[in-house]
Amino acid sequence: MSITWFVVLSAVLFAIGLFGVMTRRSPLVILLCLELMLNAGNLALIAFARGHGNADGQIFALIVMVVAACEVVVGLGLIVAMYRRRIPIDADAASELRG
Amino acid sequence: MAEVLFFLAAALAIATALAIVLVQNPFYSVLALILNLIALAILFLLLNAEFLAAAQVVVYAGAVMVLYIFVTAYVGGSDQPVIPEGGVLRTIAPFFAAAIFIELSIAIVGSSLTMLDSSGGEISAGFGSPAQIGELLLSRFLVPFEAASYLLLITAVGAIVLAQRRRGLEEAEL
Repeated sequence: MSITWFVVLSAVLFAIGLFGVMTRRSPLVILLCLELMLNAGNLALIAFARGHGNADGQIFALIVMVVAACEVVVGLGLIVAMYRRRIPIDADAASELRG
Repeated sequence: MAEVLFFLAAALAIATALAIVLVQNPFYSVLALILNLIALAILFLLLNAEFLAAAQVVVYAGAVMVLYIFVTAYVGGSDQPVIPEGGVLRTIAPFFAAAIFIELSIAIVGSSLTMLDSSGGEISAGFGSPAQIGELLLSRFLVPFEAASYLLLITAVGAIVLAQRRRGLEEAEL
């Protein structure tokens, strides 16, 4: 099983996640697609760690998982705050800061 | 055996990734992401990353996704058109995603890394085991480890501040 397969699969998942981030309007789904992209990156990191026979890349992936968890918590906190203040949960409607 | 497992897990990962993007109800998107994370954990196991596969299932698919499900249930996932009209961004999105994929594939396949064509370098017996990861985290990568713990602390405080009720503001807006 060559490493190329894993890296190409991670590119596929990354592209699908990017498509979702660009097209969906619900911030919840945008966050989910960001998770997908981060996990695609993790897969590439772990594939390269295996390819080089060196576990440093796995530590990198672990830190990415921590950062992803933080991003989720803050993002969901923002969504709950928007809901409480009766701002529509819609990425297109929240455009007050647009230049 | 490894090949069969890889193609099964890869097919599941791509199918659930498409489901996340293309399903209307956000609740089903969250459930699809859980399956996607489990498929990725199988791929991590194929790459000898035992500890990360376990962490992926327990922490990610377990804990983080519970948070998602609660918030989706709280906010109430409203059905929305998958690809709403309007915006140059939405029109070019499929082309942009395809372009990124083709570009990445050219970079991967066209690179002269001989490592990519092999099934991986020499590894020692405990590669990717909790013992090895823990030893690395507490020796060579102590600073990133501490930074990650501070980041988690700051995030926990920040999330509480963001999501707490602010009485004055809410009543003023009602």
